[in-house]
Amino acid sequence: MIILANILIVTTILIGVIFLLVAAIGLIRLPDVYTRTHAASKSATLSVMFILLGVFFHFWLIEGHVNTLVLLGIAFLFITGPVGGHVIGRSAYLTGVKLWEDSVKDELAPVIAERKKRHEQK
Amino acid sequence: MKTNDVILQTATKVVFFIIILFSIHIFFAGHYTPGGGFVGGLLTASGIVLLLLAFDLKTVTTTLPINYTVMTSIGLLIALATAAGSIFFNVPLLTHAFDYFDLPLLGKQSLHTAVFFDTGVYLVVVGVTMTIIQSIGDDD
Repeated sequence: MIILANILIVTTILIGVIFLLVAAIGLIRLPDVYTRTHAASKSATLSVMFILLGVFFHFWLIEGHVNTLVLLGIAFLFITGPVGGHVIGRSAYLTGVKLWEDSVKDELAPVIAERKKRHEQK
Repeated sequence: MKTNDVILQTATKVVFFIIILFSIHIFFAGHYTPGGGFVGGLLTASGIVLLLLAFDLKTVTTTLPINYTVMTSIGLLIALATAAGSIFFNVPLLTHAFDYFDLPLLGKQSLHTAVFFDTGVYLVVVGVTMTIIQSIGDDD
């Protein structure tokens, strides 16, 4: 039982750490703010959730102590991580940070231009 | 230009209650585990600051009509009353007392007068933090 529990804990935490590494590499390698927030918010949120899950399993299966605060932390990160990424990307776009030069699609640009025009007419 | 931040506001409406519940847990768990009045007060204040970030100052002051300077003074009064209460039992100042009670639903629990002092600390921390942030954010 202990061996099975240890395998489960190690696998969960290892998945988390690998995703954290992927997020860090993405932050260095990707070309602009939007792709970087994509890497940071998605991959880092998943990785921290996996690490917390591993911590929960460790305290539950090895120490026999069910810590619901860790589960609350997982739910909290699941809600707030992507919202944080969204807000960073949105504020970057609205302050005029350029997209990567090889981008092919910018569907928000005509909407923002239309809204600015309507705002000036008022 | 008015921006549309419906995602931030919807997430705030959910997250605010998690933060407040967690701060209450931290406040009550302070005697046996890490936590207490100071951290609980800071967490509550940070929940209200999150509301201030997602909505504006006017909305938050209408939904939470609290005068934070009065809150600070009430907290100080509670702490002072806890300290002064020990005088009446002929013991040194700030001596606390506890006893075990059989509460309905909760069973045998120890109730301690240090909780009143912690309540005072909690109210002072929330009041001071929110006074600082509101007075900085208010001067347009």
